[in-house]
Amino acid sequence: MSAVARLRLPRQTLVRHLLLATVAGFVLYLISLWLDSFDNLRLAAVAYYFTALAGLTVLTGLNGQISLGHGALMAIGAYAVALLVGRAGWPLAPALAAGVVVTAVAGVLVGAVAARLRGPYLAGATLALAVGLPGLANRYPDALGGDNGLDVPPPTPPTWLGETFPLERWQAWLACLGALATLVVLANLVRGRVGRAFRAVRDDEVAAELAGLNVARTQITAFVVSAACAGLAGGSFVVVTSLAAPGAFQLPLSLALLTGIVLGGLGSLAGAVWGAVALVMLPDWSGDIAKALSLSDRVEANLPLAIYGVVLMGVMLAAPGGIQGALRGVLGWGAAWRSQPEPQSNPKGEEQS
Amino acid sequence: MSRFLDLTLNGISNGMIYAAVAIAFVLIWRATRIVNFAQGAMLMVTTFIAWDVIDSGGAYWVGFVVAILSGLILGAVIEVVLIRPVEKAPPINAVIVAIGLLIFLQAIAGMIWGGTPRSFPPAFSIRGYDIGGHHVLFGPFDLFTVLAVLGAALLLLVLFRGTSIGLPMRASAFEPQVARLQGVRVGRMLTLGWALASAAGSLAGVLIAPAVFVGPNNFDPVTVFGFTAAVLGGLDSPLGAVVGGLVLGLSLSYVAGYAGSALVTLAALAILIAVLMVRPEGLFAAAKARRV
Repeated sequence: MSAVARLRLPRQTLVRHLLLATVAGFVLYLISLWLDSFDNLRLAAVAYYFTALAGLTVLTGLNGQISLGHGALMAIGAYAVALLVGRAGWPLAPALAAGVVVTAVAGVLVGAVAARLRGPYLAGATLALAVGLPGLANRYPDALGGDNGLDVPPPTPPTWLGETFPLERWQAWLACLGALATLVVLANLVRGRVGRAFRAVRDDEVAAELAGLNVARTQITAFVVSAACAGLAGGSFVVVTSLAAPGAFQLPLSLALLTGIVLGGLGSLAGAVWGAVALVMLPDWSGDIAKALSLSDRVEANLPLAIYGVVLMGVMLAAPGGIQGALRGVLGWGAAWRSQPEPQSNPKGEEQS
Repeated sequence: MSRFLDLTLNGISNGMIYAAVAIAFVLIWRATRIVNFAQGAMLMVTTFIAWDVIDSGGAYWVGFVVAILSGLILGAVIEVVLIRPVEKAPPINAVIVAIGLLIFLQAIAGMIWGGTPRSFPPAFSIRGYDIGGHHVLFGPFDLFTVLAVLGAALLLLVLFRGTSIGLPMRASAFEPQVARLQGVRVGRMLTLGWALASAAGSLAGVLIAPAVFVGPNNFDPVTVFGFTAAVLGGLDSPLGAVVGGLVLGLSLSYVAGYAGSALVTLAALAILIAVLMVRPEGLFAAAKARRV
C-alpha cells in the first residue's frame, strides 16, 4: 500500500473513486475532441469492450468462475436495447437501463445453474450458452430479425452541442460514460464486503462457508453483477454500431472477451483497460503486419485469431498475471491505484480438486 | 412412423460420432483432469491432413490411417509442449491454454487450407438400405461409423483392463504421487493418454467429415455436442461417453426432425442444463464427496 498516493486522495472509497472517474472522464473528453471520427468509434469500442471485460474479470478473476458465454449475455443486452429503441421507440437512457436489468435477470438464471457447477462443467455449460443462444435470432426471424438482425436508429447528439457536432464523438461519449459508471460501481463493489466475499469463495469454499458466507448466493451475485456489465456493454455496442445481429455475438466474441481479461491480468480492473485496448487494436495491428510483410489474404484474414491464440497460451505459460501483473512487478506502483489486491493469489493448486 | 425410424437411425449414427468425440474428452479428463477445449481443432487439423492425402491421389484408407496416426502424434506433442507446464497451475490456466490452442489451430488451418469447406469422401456408400420397401436414411457408411466407434471403444477397454499398460495409466490418472512412488513413469502415461484421446478424436473427424465437410470451423458443433455427451456421461467413464453420445444423438435428431434444426444447439444446452441440475457430476460419474 503506497502511503504517498493515499495521502493525496480522499479516504472514503466512494469519494476517491468518483474523483478519479471524473478526472478520467475529463481526460477522455479531451481525447475525444482530439480524435477524428474513425478513432472516436475505436474509442467507443474500447469503452464497450471495457464494460464487458470489467464484469468478466470480476467474475473469473475475483470469484473464480469461468464464463465462456459472456458474448451471449452481451447479445441479450443488445437485443433488449435494440427492441426497446428500434421497435418500441423508447428513449435511449431508460432502454439501456432496461437492457441492464433484463441481462441481470438472465444472469440470475445462468448464475443459479453456474453455482451448482465447477470447473469444466461450468465452462461447458457457458460454452453451450454461447453457441446456442445466437440461434434464437434465426428461430424467431420476425421478432429478432434473423441473420440480418435489428437496425436501430443512431443516437442524436443533443441540439445544444451544435448542428455540426459529430455523431461519432457523441457515441464515444455515451459508451465512455457507461464504461466509467461500470468502473466506479465495480471498483467500490470489489473494495468492500461484496468483493471480499467474492475472493473468499474463490480461495476456499469451505472456509468461506464456515465464516458465515452463503457460497451459492455469493456466486450468483457475482454472476449477476457480471451479467449486468455484459448487458450494458451490449447496449453500448448497439449505440455505437446501430445494429444488433447474431453474427456479432457468436463464440469468437466470448473467446475474445476471455482473451482480453487474461491478457490484461485476471481480476484486475486496470488490466481490463489494457485488454479492451488490445481487443480493438490487435486486428488493426495484425492487418498492418500482414500488409508490411505482404502476406496473402488468407493469412491476413486469420492473423488476428492466430495472435489471440498465441497470446492466450503465451500469457498463461509465461506471465499468468497478464499485462497488469507484469506492470506491477516491473514498476511496483500497481498497489496504489488498484481496485483489489493481488490477483496473482488466484486459486493455487491445492484448493482445487 | 417411417419418419420416426429415419430420425432414430440418423440419431444413432450421429450419436456414435458424438460418442467418439466424448471418448476423446473423457480420456484426457481421466489422464490429466483437464477439459481439452482444443479437441475440435485438433481433429479438424488431422482430418485436413487426411483430406490432403486423399486429394493428392492417396487411397481413402491411407488417408484414414494417416489421420489416426497424426492424431496420436499431435496429442502427444501438445501434452508435452503445452500442457505439462500448466499441470500444477490452477485449473483455469489449463482451460485458457486449451482455448488458446483452439483459436490458434483454427487460424493456422485457415491460413494453410483457406476458409472454403472441402468435400470429404465417405468410406462406403451413403445410400440408405431398403428395408421392407422403405428407403431408410441409414446406409453402409452409417453402419461402418457405428461399428468403427464401437470397435475403438472396445479396443480402449481392452487396453485399459486387459493389458499391462492399462493399470499404470489408471494409476497415474487417479493417484499420480503414489503411482510415481511405485515406479510408474507418470509423465509418459499422461502423454500416452493424450495421444490416444487425440486419435479417438481423429476417428470422429474422419467419420463426420463427409457430412459436415472439412473447414476450419466445420467441426465446432460436433465438438460441442461431443463435450455435452461427455458431461452427460460424467466425464470419467468411457461407457458413460458412449451412452451420453447416443442419448444426445437421438434427442437432437428428434428435435431437428420435429421442431426445426435452428433449435438443435439450444436443445443440447437445455438437455445439458437439465441433467446437470439433477446430477451436477453427470449421469455415470462415481459418487464422491464434493467440496461444499
